[in-house]
Amino acid sequence: MRTRMFRSAVLAIGLLAVAASVFAHHGNAAYDTDKTVTMKGTVTQWLWINPHTFLLIDVKDDSGKVAHWSAEGSAPADMMKRGWNMKSISVGQEVTLEVVPAKSGQPVGRIVQVTLPDGKVLQVMQSGGKNNSPTTDPTKE
Amino acid sequence: MKKCLAISIGALMLALAAPSLLPAQTAPAGEAKKAPPAPPRDLTGIWDPGNAGLQVMGPGKMRARFTPYGEELFKANKPGRGFTEVPVADANDPNDSCDPSGFPRNEMYELRPVQIVQTKSQILMLYQFNKIWRVIWTDGRPLPKDHEPTWYGYSVGHWENDDTFVVDTAGFTETTWLDNAGDPHSSDMRVQERFHRLDRDTLELSITIDDPKVYQKPWTGTDKLILKLQPANTELLEMICVPTEMELYKKIIANPAAGK
Repeated sequence: MRTRMFRSAVLAIGLLAVAASVFAHHGNAAYDTDKTVTMKGTVTQWLWINPHTFLLIDVKDDSGKVAHWSAEGSAPADMMKRGWNMKSISVGQEVTLEVVPAKSGQPVGRIVQVTLPDGKVLQVMQSGGKNNSPTTDPTKE
Repeated sequence: MKKCLAISIGALMLALAAPSLLPAQTAPAGEAKKAPPAPPRDLTGIWDPGNAGLQVMGPGKMRARFTPYGEELFKANKPGRGFTEVPVADANDPNDSCDPSGFPRNEMYELRPVQIVQTKSQILMLYQFNKIWRVIWTDGRPLPKDHEPTWYGYSVGHWENDDTFVVDTAGFTETTWLDNAGDPHSSDMRVQERFHRLDRDTLELSITIDDPKVYQKPWTGTDKLILKLQPANTELLEMICVPTEMELYKKIIANPAAGK
């Protein structure tokens, strides 16, 4: 199959206070929750599986280099409550993806939201305010 | 054209079931009216705790302090949540290998819709999350003294009155955690659940842990969690920890996120 040509990628780094999803079985220890990264790219895989759904997109930068981004959502049962389903995204679609990026610098993140070609926005993470784990033993406070 | 991978068989069921599922908190107009009273000695139904059942942050302040032995067990655990959380790639949470949650973790953490069925001598709990069930004996038998340790324990229950059902469970293996924050327990732990049906549509659940080897005093990890009755035709979604899907998750997301 011929893949569609990628549009130019736009990598925008937003400085936001982003909340962790309350649906996550794990916290944000691996993620930099002080910022989000937004990109445009082409979907290569959309996996509707447990424990987390995930979206893989190819993002082309201005020099023509392609980055392969992997982004995790929540479990399907939780995503459905937010209007997602198995057919929400298709391979080959060009989408705008906003993620909380991994601290490692690898092209991995947690999905904040996806904007589909028709303009529809699907969100995973709550907006506003952080929801990270406590850093000290709460029973000793 | 590449096809979307739909590894989970339940995905189709999810898509089909979606229109019939309403979150417990979505109330139709007019529900401000009081619900009918609880039917006596009856927990039958499909119950949904909504987001409150997820308890992703662990018990927090509700947990009793550890004994020295409990401290030792806790330090060996590397959870994905809580004040000692680590990236998933570095965690040793048994759930991350798709090991059973066991009881009471499956009720104290990620409690999703649960169907309760009553027979003459049992109450059966059918849990959406990880598609497991528990048997609670209601024929008056006592808890066995030295039952073989199991992931989900051995449970007996009785009606304290017409709307309060109390369950005692013992006989646990030590392999499980109590929650996703890495809180441990010993094989001597005793757990008590109290199911209080407030009215026809509302069930209140409290879970108390009594494990003097690990905790300085008994503590209530789930305190009057509200579950709402769902329509009888509600489908429990398939949410299963699939080892191959978990390995894919670690390879594509968890390990790269941690720089591995």
